[in-house]
Amino acid sequence: MSTVWPRLEPLLSRVEKPARYIGCEDGAQRPLHSPDKVAWLLIYPDTYEVGLPNQGLQILYEIINERDDAVAERSYAPWLDLEAEMRRHQVPLFSLENHLPGDQFDVLAFNLSAELTYTNMLNCIDLAGVAVRVADRAEEDPLIIAGGHCTYNPEPLADFVDAFVLGDGEEVVSEITEVIGAWKRAGVTPGSREQMLRQLSTVAGVYVPALYDVSYDGPLLVSMVARYPEVPARIEKRTIASLEDWPYPRQQLVPLTEVVHDRLNVEVFRGCTRGCRFCQAGMITRPVRERSAEQVRTMVSEGLRRTGYDEVALTSLSTADFSGISDVVGDIMDCGDNISVALPSLRVDAFTVAIAAQLQQARRSGLTFAPEAGTWRMRQVINKLIREEDLYTAVEAAFANGWRRVKLYFLIGLPTETDEDTLGITELARNCVAIGQRHQRGASVTVSVGGFVPKPFTPFQWFGQNTVAELERKINLLRQDARRSKGVQLRWHDPKATLIEGLMARGDRRLGPVIEEVWRQGGTFQEWTEHFELGRWLDALAGAGLSADDYVHRHRHEDEVLVWDHLSAGLHKDFLVQDWHDALAEVGLPDCRWTPCYDCGACTGYGIEHIVASAVAPAGGSQGTGQDLTTGHVVPVVLRSRPAVTAPVAVVAVAGVAVAAST
Amino acid sequence: MRVRVRFTKQGKVRFVSHRDLARIWERALRRAELPVAYSVGFSPRPRFHFGLALSVGHESWAEYLDVDLVDAVDLAVIEALPERFSAVLPVGVECCLAAAVDSADTLSLQEAVTSSTWSIEIEGGSPAEAEAALHQLNEAPSLVFERERKGKITSDDIRPYVRCLYLDADASQSQHGVVLRADLGTQPRALRPAELIKALGPQWQERRVCRLAQWIDHEGERREPLAQPVGSAPWARTPSCAT
Repeated sequence: MSTVWPRLEPLLSRVEKPARYIGCEDGAQRPLHSPDKVAWLLIYPDTYEVGLPNQGLQILYEIINERDDAVAERSYAPWLDLEAEMRRHQVPLFSLENHLPGDQFDVLAFNLSAELTYTNMLNCIDLAGVAVRVADRAEEDPLIIAGGHCTYNPEPLADFVDAFVLGDGEEVVSEITEVIGAWKRAGVTPGSREQMLRQLSTVAGVYVPALYDVSYDGPLLVSMVARYPEVPARIEKRTIASLEDWPYPRQQLVPLTEVVHDRLNVEVFRGCTRGCRFCQAGMITRPVRERSAEQVRTMVSEGLRRTGYDEVALTSLSTADFSGISDVVGDIMDCGDNISVALPSLRVDAFTVAIAAQLQQARRSGLTFAPEAGTWRMRQVINKLIREEDLYTAVEAAFANGWRRVKLYFLIGLPTETDEDTLGITELARNCVAIGQRHQRGASVTVSVGGFVPKPFTPFQWFGQNTVAELERKINLLRQDARRSKGVQLRWHDPKATLIEGLMARGDRRLGPVIEEVWRQGGTFQEWTEHFELGRWLDALAGAGLSADDYVHRHRHEDEVLVWDHLSAGLHKDFLVQDWHDALAEVGLPDCRWTPCYDCGACTGYGIEHIVASAVAPAGGSQGTGQDLTTGHVVPVVLRSRPAVTAPVAVVAVAGVAVAAST
Repeated sequence: MRVRVRFTKQGKVRFVSHRDLARIWERALRRAELPVAYSVGFSPRPRFHFGLALSVGHESWAEYLDVDLVDAVDLAVIEALPERFSAVLPVGVECCLAAAVDSADTLSLQEAVTSSTWSIEIEGGSPAEAEAALHQLNEAPSLVFERERKGKITSDDIRPYVRCLYLDADASQSQHGVVLRADLGTQPRALRPAELIKALGPQWQERRVCRLAQWIDHEGERREPLAQPVGSAPWARTPSCAT
């Protein structure tokens, strides 16, 4: 195998941020290739800065490299300037460890976390010198495999990907390696690739789209039939039973140049059963599997010592729900001075603010909450059971504790949404500003709104997404209202990009030529606003004789065949239908972690269960817990203060909710 | 207490920017578990100071960093620092020397360093053409040149900054063209290799550029901020500029 480095090196002096292309990170491996080892190239189809922190890719990187029969290297999408130079000088897509050309790997494995990266995936395959379409690949060409949340509707990419993987990758990556390794060691012969793919399709969690015949009736999918008896009619996602068994990444990569989330990341639990109906992640990653507090402490202290980072993020879909979160946070603060802890995805309640106040002794620039909808009615529909009092209490606590800016995330275009619900967003924000101004003159609230994209395997999978015009109308309502609201800043996601996300989220195989055409017209980096062009997509759709209306805006019937019906995230369809009806009836559903099981299927179907250290719901708000904490309740939370801080221990008493923080 | 370290930037890491290198050092200082002094304020940062920034893509055998410590440390600790730092720095960033410096009495690296010696590989013509261009520049009494800093174009005489310039005889036939050896002044503001190449003529293009040494003028002599033991560096052959 020959490195492309001597040919790449002169190009790097001519491009922006060349450090993205050199590798050399702390934690990077220098795997030794050999003909009988399966060589994986793990690719995140976006820039290095966005892709490097991806924990899923780093976990697989380590697991594969720990095997004797496999090696893994990494690659990311080169930015436009380097891509132009690479194409001009015939330098292929390369790995960062040994700077090997992409076509010398057995597998090009993509992490698909965002729909708008699909064209980048095609570009990476092409840059590696591999045919973009499955049908055009030769026997010995690398296999294209994809995993990540987007693969719960893989159909738009069926033309380009040899095999998709559903769910947690920790175990299945080894099973796939064994199948490919056996094929490779037996010698690639005519027809052996298809035999191997058929065998791969029998690995639980693996979906080989070329092995299914598809028939349509107009816009509707009629059937998806496996072509061979051993090929499964339904592909079940993979779920690891215990996160504790997988303390990865052990050697988190520390990049030499700045990336997003440039800090130590420790996953404290996987899965979430809050049951927010718009949230695909919460539906497809069930059940909740907590890491033990002990293991979290070890991973944090060893990780900080090894990397030299001064910041650690405790990651999950809702970190304040981690059992004993305040104790763990307290222990981390004891690790050393000047260590800061980030808790992404915070719940909206005073408990959360009390933890955040302990964490951010120094930097109190902004605190973010996601009430998601503007009225209680709308929040019951989406099962985000935050009462207005919960939000106001949290916001009051934040401003009283010295934060100057609060950021609120909302969705627009939700099922049953009225203009009253939409305008409830600005009303909430105004009230939050008023609360803030009681504490600080310059208090401000930033409102971010995004258009809702219905996703597969959620109760909203049947819902017709709002049109671009409708989303723009709602944004204009908010803009007019925000203009007369002092202290409220409004930001919004481009509805045109939302349309294409919706198209990919629920589209079928017929979108393959559309994606390919947009890529051929130069439409890469579509998630970068400055490179997104709706016109290209609409032209390509028209060229293929397809309509966005059918895919995106049409309400689906509950009895029609869905494009992803041959896949399973463990959730019973009956459960999703019932939850959809409950949504329309504005009925909430409690979190099953702390209340009896309602048999959604995610545990029972796979013989697994929640792993949580605490059997009771956390304090501090009514959200999803079924508790009715009326104002005046004392939240039973005790927080330890940082030893180095001499300031008096904060006792936050706001709006009748007292959060005691004692030493 | 102030500790001065000398380090290299060689190979792939030469594409790391000055700002990124500062972040790498920040992590390395934490990993080395030294009693580093921190700034006060909302966002405390470790107190360390670089010398002259190296352009992205340029290599060096002679980069320097001053680190402020809250407590004095033993000589043995300082002597062990190069190894301790190198273990936690990326491949190509090698810490080769460390010594305590008197912080009260020492100018900052930025103020103290007066020139750098460079090895500059250029292409665009034959060695004879390069020789002629060098000769012309060396003979010129002054050379007014426009250069851009922070978006502002100023013109000034760069000739005094070119303290010494010759064709490196050993390396004159490099892979791409010819190799120059240049001693370029840094005060009040450094003449960059890229600017020198531009002054030589429009046909010349920069290839590999490497800083070999930084110098401090001191009572008519010049010395390095931290001297490398003779014979230990790959470029140890004394350049004629160095006298």
